[in-house]
Amino acid sequence: MSYGPLLFLGILFTLATSWVGLVLLPHRQMGALGQHTDTNTAAIYPAARAGEAQQGAEHYRSLGCVYCHTQQVRPEGYGSDIERGWGRRRTVSRDYIHDKTVMLGTMRTGPDLTNIGERQADAAWHYRHLYNPQITSSGSIMPPHGFLFDTRTIGPAGRSTNALVLEGTFAPPAGQEVIPTRRAEQLVAYLRSLKSSGDLPEAPVKKEEAK
Amino acid sequence: MIKQSQTLRALLPGDAGANIGNKSALSEIDASCRVPVLFFFLSGLAWLLAGTVLALVASIKLHTPGFLAGWEWLTFSNVRTAHLNTVIYGFASQISVGVTIWLMCRLCRIPLVAPGLVTVANLFYNIGVTVGVGGILLGDSTAIEWLEMPRYATPILFVSYALIAVWTIVTFRLRAERHLYVSQWYLLAAVLWFPWLYGTAQVMLLIEPVRGVVQAAVNWWFAHNVLGLWFTPIGLASIYYFIPKVIGRPIHSYYLSVLGFWSLALFYNWNGMHHLVGGPLPSWMITVSIVASVMMLIPVITVAINHHFTMLGHFGKLKHSPTLRFMVFGAVSYTLASLQGVASALRSVSEVTHFTHHTIAHAHLGMYAFFSMVMFGAMYYILPRITQREWPSNGLISLHFWGVALGIVLYVVPMSIMGFIQGTMLNDAAVRFLDVVQFTLPWLKLRTLAGLLLAAGHVAFVINVGWLLVRMFEPYRKPVVRILTGEAETVAAAKLP
Repeated sequence: MSYGPLLFLGILFTLATSWVGLVLLPHRQMGALGQHTDTNTAAIYPAARAGEAQQGAEHYRSLGCVYCHTQQVRPEGYGSDIERGWGRRRTVSRDYIHDKTVMLGTMRTGPDLTNIGERQADAAWHYRHLYNPQITSSGSIMPPHGFLFDTRTIGPAGRSTNALVLEGTFAPPAGQEVIPTRRAEQLVAYLRSLKSSGDLPEAPVKKEEAK
Repeated sequence: MIKQSQTLRALLPGDAGANIGNKSALSEIDASCRVPVLFFFLSGLAWLLAGTVLALVASIKLHTPGFLAGWEWLTFSNVRTAHLNTVIYGFASQISVGVTIWLMCRLCRIPLVAPGLVTVANLFYNIGVTVGVGGILLGDSTAIEWLEMPRYATPILFVSYALIAVWTIVTFRLRAERHLYVSQWYLLAAVLWFPWLYGTAQVMLLIEPVRGVVQAAVNWWFAHNVLGLWFTPIGLASIYYFIPKVIGRPIHSYYLSVLGFWSLALFYNWNGMHHLVGGPLPSWMITVSIVASVMMLIPVITVAINHHFTMLGHFGKLKHSPTLRFMVFGAVSYTLASLQGVASALRSVSEVTHFTHHTIAHAHLGMYAFFSMVMFGAMYYILPRITQREWPSNGLISLHFWGVALGIVLYVVPMSIMGFIQGTMLNDAAVRFLDVVQFTLPWLKLRTLAGLLLAAGHVAFVINVGWLLVRMFEPYRKPVVRILTGEAETVAAAKLP
């Protein structure tokens, strides 16, 4: 095989096949996928994310949450995603059309977050968990995100309404309080917006199985 | 330069009885490569040390989350991502380019064209990696696996890769040796494939991001092909060159190497979607990738047979040649990594191993036990030739080999087992998630220990390389350590330049 041009063309041709097959064709098939309108209820799914949650998604990206948390629910009977309550149905392509960066993830050092907004709607829980995961999930290896919070002296007007409720060893020194920063608020807004359980023709929700 | 190579051609009276002319031509080629190849190797090794420190920090953080927890820029995700990008783009890619340059010149039998320009490309490239890794640590990571460097860094790298590709094609066109050796097919393929992959990924994910899960498809088409179409061909090109070269015997079968090359070219680039088994993509895409992954058995077994039969009867030489020792370790690991990869692509296995440390172990079996070991082996051969000095310390070579060999075995074997158990536990909804986390802790501590062994090996190697460089500035003396003697004597028999 000493014929250079043939080698050259062969090299280009082989990669061209998957470039067309796995890049261009999928883009044609799914690149313009839109929202689905339910013919009975006129409900539109998926809804676009509100501004604050949209900004939170940028923090989720920047903090690298995707390296330990997936955002994909595998089909029923394949893995235990549904049994663990991570979703009522598998996720499908349409669930991700609004994501600026699609963060499916490949590692489950922590649990899946596809529907964390539905599973844990309490913002106060999220703040305490982010501040130090040991407060809510003892034995977790998630790093504490203290840098998303300000510890400051309680002002003359008394404790701020948005101060974290921290007890025991996690409590700040007397006279101090822990307040979420704007970043923490946006990140929690994003986490609470994570819900992929709309009824879709390609992924119907089994009503009786809702957990 | 071209003029010089013509003189060289005149100096080369063909294969027969041209030993002296041949040797002086080769040393002229080696000398032309000296500065740029040294730049690629040394900056690559600097990034290896940085990547090793980042790896250790990330490993410790995973079992002791309080470790250095106060600094946002050192958060686990940042350190882990910075580790991946320093070792992939800083270390592995730069050593690859250095080895590619040297091998291409030798096999084409021409001195390096415009070595000064290649050195400038190297500096440019290192600026790109520094900006990219800095951006990741500052929170600008794109969170797209293997493409985390921010948008303002990747074009610098792309231009460098494109320049290296152009340069390799120019060398190839000007070649004095018309016969093409199998290593050249792989090298030419790698330098043509990579800019295409990197360019597509940048346009479709960073510059003008595509919508929805098409991003995931492009991401894994790219990321898997970085391994399959960039590192693997360069690793195989090196094995195909260095094993015959060191043992002084031609490759076992020419036809097997043709089959191995074209089947790899056909099937590897379709593998990527096996990273998304069970995910929200059309089934046809995932199925196609699983089928292509299984088809990888053809090139893998072909190459394994070819290398094994080349080595057969020469295993005794492993004792004397560090190059051969690292090469054979890498070649065996390539087979094992590929078989593990084929197995993990199957739906039934992926159900367990996907999302676990099994995949992390697999990545290190491929990138380290195969690829990095082969690159170390290549450097053990190339560095003494371009510096014209022998390796200063035999002990440091042994420390390097045993440190990294034991280290990577202690990494890959336990982590593969642990990942499998972890996956089984995750698939049993009756097991609490936090119990799965607790189960992984002792294994993660073992990984830190393995990382320390790898680090010790790296330090030993870097000291030896540094020492070699110091010797470059000393007048030449007769070497005390004659570790490479065995190689030098048998080189002619392989009939490779």
